[in-house]
Parts: sequence; C-alpha cells; structure tokens
Amino acid sequence: MDSSSLISKTATELSGELEVGTCKAEEIAQAYLEQIDRVDGKVHAFLHRDDEDFLAQARASDERRAKGETLGALDGIPVCLKDVISVEGQPLTAASKILKDYVSPYDATVTRKLKEAGAVIGGRLNLDEFAMGSSTENSAYGPTRNPWNLECVPGGSSGGSSAAVAAREAPLTLGSDTGGSIRQPASLCGVVGMKPTYGMVSRYGLAAFASSLDQIGPFSQTVEDAALLLETISGHDPLDSTSYPSEVPSYSQILKENSQPCALGLPKEFFGEGMDDEVRAAVEKAIEFYKSKGYEIVDLSLPTTDLSVPVYYVIATAEASSNLARYDGIRYTTRSEHAENAVDVYAKSRGEGFGEEVKRRCILGAYGLSSGYYDAYYLRAQKTRTLIRQDFDRAFEKVDAILTPTSPTPAFKFGEKSEDPISMYLSDVYTISTNLAGLPGLSVPCGFTQSGLPIGLQLIGKAFGEGKLLSVAHDYDREHQFGRQAPNLED
Amino acid sequence: MSEKPSMDIDYVSNLTRIELTPEEKEKFQGQLGDVLKYFEKLQELDVEGVEPTAHAFPRFNVWDEDESKEGFPSEKALMNAPKSRNEQIVVPKVVE
Repeated sequence: MDSSSLISKTATELSGELEVGTCKAEEIAQAYLEQIDRVDGKVHAFLHRDDEDFLAQARASDERRAKGETLGALDGIPVCLKDVISVEGQPLTAASKILKDYVSPYDATVTRKLKEAGAVIGGRLNLDEFAMGSSTENSAYGPTRNPWNLECVPGGSSGGSSAAVAAREAPLTLGSDTGGSIRQPASLCGVVGMKPTYGMVSRYGLAAFASSLDQIGPFSQTVEDAALLLETISGHDPLDSTSYPSEVPSYSQILKENSQPCALGLPKEFFGEGMDDEVRAAVEKAIEFYKSKGYEIVDLSLPTTDLSVPVYYVIATAEASSNLARYDGIRYTTRSEHAENAVDVYAKSRGEGFGEEVKRRCILGAYGLSSGYYDAYYLRAQKTRTLIRQDFDRAFEKVDAILTPTSPTPAFKFGEKSEDPISMYLSDVYTISTNLAGLPGLSVPCGFTQSGLPIGLQLIGKAFGEGKLLSVAHDYDREHQFGRQAPNLED
Repeated sequence: MSEKPSMDIDYVSNLTRIELTPEEKEKFQGQLGDVLKYFEKLQELDVEGVEPTAHAFPRFNVWDEDESKEGFPSEKALMNAPKSRNEQIVVPKVVE
C-alpha cells in the first residue's frame, strides 16, 4: 500500500489493515515519518523526534503479530504525545526553556497503558509553554501553524497535537485540557478532540498546570478513533489520588450498538453576542441534523456562564503558581549561571527559564492567594465554581447532553491576541465551564468557513457519561466526517 | 466600577521567586491591572453560605496498602539535576 493512502486512514482502518495483513506496522510508521519530513517544516507540530525508536517499536509490533501475540486494536498504531506527558528516556520540555535538557525518568500512566496496548509512541508535540495559552504562540520553541491556513494559529494549548492529526502526521495524538486546551485546538484544526471527566484518566506523569482541572485526552480524525484511544488510556490508577475508581466500558463497542436519540440542551448564554456568523450557521445546521434524527432539542440556561472565565483564571493561576514552584533551578531544571545565593537560584533560574505568559500567570496566581486577597479572589472563585457546577446539575436533570459551539471564532491570525491577555482568555469562553464542573466534553468538526477554516461543535456530557457522549457525537460524525478532509500542504 | 486596580509587582514577584526585568514589570503592571479589573465581575454574585469547590469529584482518605515498594534509584532521580556529587544535589551555600 502506498504511503499517501496509509496516512489518510483512520486508526480504526489501519488496525483493520494490520489485522488482515495488507500492511505492516513498520510501513505505517515509515509513511508517517515521510509525511512529517514533507510537511512539518511548515506546520511545526513536533518539538522532538526519535525515528529509530519509533521504527523499532513498529518492528516489535510486527514481530508480535507474526507470532500471533498481538496486544489489541492499537497494536502497531502510531500515537504521538503532547510534550507534557512523560515517556521514559525521552525529553519533556513543556515547551519551556527551563526544561530544555530534561529527560523523563519514568513513564506516565497513559504512556504505560499505550505501551501495554502495543501502540507505537512517536515524537513530542508542541504546545503553549506549560499548557498556558490558546494559540501555541507561547511555545519557547516557536509556534505551530494551522495546517488549513499557515498564517493562522492552530489553537492551544495542545496546538501541536491537533495540527499533527490535521496534517496527517499522526493518526492519533494525546493532549491535555485545563480550560479547553484539547477542544479549542481540535475545533480550530478540524479534528476530533475530547476532554474526559475529571478523574477518568490518570494524571500521573503529566506535567501539572492546574491539578483540579487538568485531564489528558485524545485527538483523532473521527469520533470512532477517539473512543478507541480513550478506552485504552482510561481507568483508575493508584498513582493518582484524584483518579476515580469507575468502570471503563468499551466505548468502541457502545458505538457499534444502535444509539437512541436523546435530549440535547442549548444554553442560551452560549449563543449570544461574540459568536462569528459562520460558526453560528454551522452549529445551527448541526442542530437541524440532530432534530431530523429524532433528538429532542431543549432550550436551557446556565446563568453563571459569564463568570466562568474569571473564576477559571483565578483558580487555574493559583494552582499553577503552586504547581510550578517545583521548577526551582535546584533539582531537575536548568539553573541560572548568574545566581549568587540560594534564593537567587530560584528567582534567576525562573526569571530566565519561564516565558512571559507563565510569569504573568504565576504572579497573578500568587497574588490571588496572598494574604489580604485570598477571600476576595481564590475563595470567592471556588464558591462561584460551586454555583457553576450546580447550573450544570440542573441542566442535566432535563437533558442528556449539551450542545454549543467549541470556539466563538474560527482560527485567528498570529499576533492578533498575543499582546492582550483578556482577549486571548476569552477564546476559551465556551470550553472553560466544562473543566470547572469536571464534566466530559468533546469537539467534533462541523464544517468550514468560506475561506476554508474548520469549525467545531462542542458536546458536553454527564460526569462519567463518556459512552453516551461519544455515541451522540458519533451519530453526527459518521454521517458528516468533516475530520476526514485533509488540508492541502503542497507548495 | 472602580478605577483600574493595581498590584505591587515587586512584592508578588518576590513571593513567586521570579526575577523580572524592568520592562517586564512595566508591561505586567498594565496587563495584570486589566485582568484584575476584569476579575471584578466575581464580586457581582452573592456567594454567602456557598460551599467552595476544590475538586469536582473529591475523593477523601485515599490510602495505599502499608507495604514497601521499589522506589527510584538515586542515579535516576538525579539524572536531571543541574549539579550533583556523591548522590546529592549541589547548591550554593545556604547558611553562613
């Protein structure tokens, strides 16, 4: 099979080819390496590659298959990881200068699960430094470009993970989502991206940003592939005390069963001002589709929606200021050459090693936690977070899933928002409340603008209701398949 | 609404142990003032008597079995240390 036909396939299709023996894992790995050579000079999704290791894993998969010892549907399928997820012996920079020489001494739990499933783990994917940003412009190693329009951002923070799938540099990738960092870039790059329920996927081995909000999740061309990857990485982990002891059903199996149309809620606060007209039109068309399939559409209200962005930025920055204290210039980060005493080591190593947005957020977070301001900012934000959760609880008494746009606009141009933190923060306005409530959410591609930029539809589900959520998304995706369209990256 | 709030950048950057350049201080002063102004929205809602949420699905008393497990060998734990000697991290003098 020729390489261009291999890289256009979904992971599920590749898995089928491997099973019937029409191709080998090594050919698949080779095809993706060729594609990365061809397009990554333009896209810059990858921060690091280890081609030898990648091909060796693929050959090992072929050998297992030859002996009849295949490990499952993902055996031989490439999966690339955002550069905040640990893979033993591989670098992890978090797109920060402060970790430029860091090599992971252990595997993240998701990495271990992927290895146990036989997945072929590929290169390290770009992001906004420490996952702080919505455009990948905050990477210390240069931005990733949107494969649909190289003058536009891919979204962020998992912009490398979304761009790699869109540019067919990987069939599956993992990202992390703290306030929309999987769903927003998935929307802007025209691929599927999913944030699971908080506690569904272990955070062990993920470089922490905001621990009460972070979740790892999949990117793929289709909802079917997202289900396959999610069921592989989910499940309780004793190494993450916030990991939830819930059963992980086979989501792939759920998608094969006939789904029952259910009730979808449209929160009026998500359909107000600030939404691009073409985004609105594409989402309304998707709503019409669901109606035609027998879904009940219910208007509802989430009154605290406009407070979710300030609540998020108080809580996320507070947690970040505490989490990022570990990058101290002492134990495993770069150390400033200019430090004269111990305190200097901290302040200078961090001053030299962190980028602007990371500094801004650590300072903001420390301020919100500092004596005299704690009650007005942090505590008040945590109380408001309770009200946001209760809004969702009430909504889910009436509906099975909530439908909104993923992002108010399609991909924006480089530099458009980078000097104005608030306007950048507002690009996550539709995704943030899901993290605050801990709920699962996904973005599925639902069309393109006239200028050819992808548009995403967000579906939010009940806690630990990934099966239902994926099935609702699959009902739309299998008949539209916008994520299967590939951008033209030829000169 | 009140005028733009101001943050003592020197005080807070010292709390976070991040040394800033004079240019960064000036830039952040303005930007963070805008962000704090935006945060004033939080004061709009009455949160009297509402319990704070720290985690969406909190779990309490998560215990491990009391049994010894293999830990990191010291060379692995030290592999990323900027300076180490005799299985220890080397730091500048802390006590006079």
